[in-house]
Amino acid sequence: MLSRRTLLGRAALTGMVALSPHLALANAPTDRRFVFIILRGAMDGLSVVSPVGDPAYAGLRGALADPQGQSTKLDTLFALHPAMTATAAMYAGREALFVHAVASPYRERSHFDAQNVLETGGTVAFAFKDGWLNRFGGMVPQDPAIAIAATVPLALRGKAPVSSYAPSALPDASDDLLARVGALYSADPQLHPLWSAAMDARMLAGANGPGTMAPAALGKLAASFLAKPAGPRLATIEINGWDTHSAQVRRLGTQLKQLDDTLAALKLGLGPVWSKTVVLAATEFGRTAAVNGTGGTDHGTGGLAIVAGGAVRGGRVIAEWPGLAPSQLYQNRDLRPTTDLRALMLGLTAEAYGLDPERVSRTVFPGNNVRAMTGLLHS
Amino acid sequence: MPAEPVSAAIALNRFGLGARAGETPPADPKAWLRAQQHHFDPRPTVIAATPHSSALAAAWHEYSTQVRAASMKAKRAANAGLAPSTAPAAVMPVAFAKPATPGKPLQHDVRHFNRDSYEAQERARLLAALTTPAPFAERLTYFWANHFAVSADNVVMLGLAGTLEFEAIRPNVFGRFGDLLQAVETHPAMLSYLDQIQSIGPDSAVQRRASLRQARTKSVGLNENLAREILELHTLGVGSGYSQADVQELARALTGWSVGGFLPPTTAIAAVDGGFVFQPDWHQPGERVLLGKTYRQDGDAQGRAMLADLAVHPATAHHLATKLARHFAGDVPPPALVERLAATHMKTGGDLSRVYETLIDAPEIWSRSLAKFKTPWEWLVSALRGVGVTDAPDLKFVVELRDLGQSIWKPRSPAGWDDTAPSWAAPDALLRRVEVAQRLAATIGDRLDARMLARRLLPGTLRPETSAAIARAASPAQALALLLVAPEFMRR
Repeated sequence: MLSRRTLLGRAALTGMVALSPHLALANAPTDRRFVFIILRGAMDGLSVVSPVGDPAYAGLRGALADPQGQSTKLDTLFALHPAMTATAAMYAGREALFVHAVASPYRERSHFDAQNVLETGGTVAFAFKDGWLNRFGGMVPQDPAIAIAATVPLALRGKAPVSSYAPSALPDASDDLLARVGALYSADPQLHPLWSAAMDARMLAGANGPGTMAPAALGKLAASFLAKPAGPRLATIEINGWDTHSAQVRRLGTQLKQLDDTLAALKLGLGPVWSKTVVLAATEFGRTAAVNGTGGTDHGTGGLAIVAGGAVRGGRVIAEWPGLAPSQLYQNRDLRPTTDLRALMLGLTAEAYGLDPERVSRTVFPGNNVRAMTGLLHS
Repeated sequence: MPAEPVSAAIALNRFGLGARAGETPPADPKAWLRAQQHHFDPRPTVIAATPHSSALAAAWHEYSTQVRAASMKAKRAANAGLAPSTAPAAVMPVAFAKPATPGKPLQHDVRHFNRDSYEAQERARLLAALTTPAPFAERLTYFWANHFAVSADNVVMLGLAGTLEFEAIRPNVFGRFGDLLQAVETHPAMLSYLDQIQSIGPDSAVQRRASLRQARTKSVGLNENLAREILELHTLGVGSGYSQADVQELARALTGWSVGGFLPPTTAIAAVDGGFVFQPDWHQPGERVLLGKTYRQDGDAQGRAMLADLAVHPATAHHLATKLARHFAGDVPPPALVERLAATHMKTGGDLSRVYETLIDAPEIWSRSLAKFKTPWEWLVSALRGVGVTDAPDLKFVVELRDLGQSIWKPRSPAGWDDTAPSWAAPDALLRRVEVAQRLAATIGDRLDARMLARRLLPGTLRPETSAAIARAASPAQALALLLVAPEFMRR
């Protein structure tokens, strides 16, 4: 049985498809999809893509070095954590790559400032009030970006229109009440646009939104939006819980399984659209090179970014490897960053949408002259 | 003379937790706020009835002792060449409120005990919010609990998270900031949450003995998480000028700060009551230098002296003043108010009652109504108070905080929940409030006249458009739902 909400949603969708130049769009550069997965809490990149070929690695890491001895060999230097089975298959199929020793311009060790820099795309915390992906979204002639969460992360906040959606166990409010609330908010400059976006997202989701909030379900939900011909082209997903100061082996295994499930759910849910998709998973900073006294690692600097998607020229680890010997570490404790995370963000987004990287750089990272990494995607 | 209606609305909603159905607006809002210090009960009956951190420690201690004994027994049997006997029987620890579930492992019981404790604490917090005679004082409690955030993210923290608020924060809300800080940093919830309980100094007695026995058993057990968050979040604030070396010096001074009950009996010294214990053998000996000052104290006195100085540092005063001003005056804290709050903190040695006086006297707070978008907790509490809920059956609404995006004591970060509108005013979040309002209104139905209630709850701030929408609603329940999600009810 169709609810009235579903019918309204379908009517609206049909309308949108009719209004948008759908057939032309299918072959246009903007048919690409970009998903930004924010890994909050500072993922330990050295445990995810481990430099097992670095002579200093085993000594620094002790019990954290390849916990089960089942890591997947990626090349002569690196091995992938055994929990990431779906990602390993993507790497083998040349649909995933890793960028190591990467960092934003932030060089202190506060999660909160570092996440602000990661999401705003600034060089210091609070330099920008809006998010880098929102500034990029303003350059893409498509439907609003969507945050797969009840609230919009800073990366997507800003002038360009954004929606948010997350599954909820709450019963739906009646259409009559929704309409009256809409009228109540019509003159409110803050609430009116939020309410309109909420109504749009509900219509797009239809009756098929999954009911749980597990990361893999969020991946499936994101895919259901992105796969729609007239749906959003940009999405964010957040996964918390990477701050592994203790018992890292167990906790990181669980986290990585979640991330792996999320990537697998995206690929599965996007179906043929996966070939046009780029996913970037990034975290605010890396963790200390050495294990601490409680089987974990503390806040560090250089880290790892994960790139997946059918549009990606995968099957490689991109790293200007700085080494882990004491003299090679940053401040004698962290992996030294050699690649600017913003160059990766810029390269992926500009290439994906066929935009001039210098123009994107001026808009997304104004005043910073960030130069894009190149050759990341299939043309 | 009766107060300006808008002033009453600000006292009730921005300083307080929202008016209750049937409540008369205060005639003298400032006097009403000042008097609350004397009406505030740090330990009301509903809260006193929930499990204390010492009960949680006793349960955990018993659980880990039995698990250890069972594993030793299995090991001995294996060494003697015997086939492993059946799995260790679930023996009910005396501390658990519920009997062991037959056939389920002991772990099941300790999880249940902690989950039940958490749910009892959640309900107690909400009940206290709905029945308090001192809503401004309750709001201050939530402010400090969020400033010193812990998160119920694992089985131990599930039971402990609420006890920090009940045991360390409530009794110190009107005291000196230094006392509040010491109470928080020595509470088992904070020490567990920020990985302090097994932080061991590299030159401590324990490490020296270990290095005598064999070359090197494991790497040094120093953990700097608590020290970092004390400087970054609890006192000075990020970007206030301390260095990585200061973090490490504070971390070394804090080695040996631990708790009884939550560590294996072979590791920890005797106390099992869950309270603070100082483990002298784990402490990094010697003098420490923090922010250029040398601390020569022995044992835990060293860390305590550092906390006492941090509590009255100008950067701390400024950090706290900024957060208080943001919470009460608006997302962009007025610089002049921040200055005055910080000056009061410095002048009075961190006397919080005096700092609140500066807040109550601040024209910046009284001059703008509806300046803050309510968090989900603030919105739900004000809605339940507004419709007159005070009793247990309706407390199922506590569960809906999860769907609204703000489960109690689960901010998932030591920084706590954000205190500005962009974190809470979002499309889906709004829709959920409408869904909850509809459910709540459906249970109240026609017991309340939303037209009259609107004037009571929003004195001076109710808009004509909202009045009209309520009057034209299709049913009493729909009228009530519209009131609870009206733009002026979403803000304080």
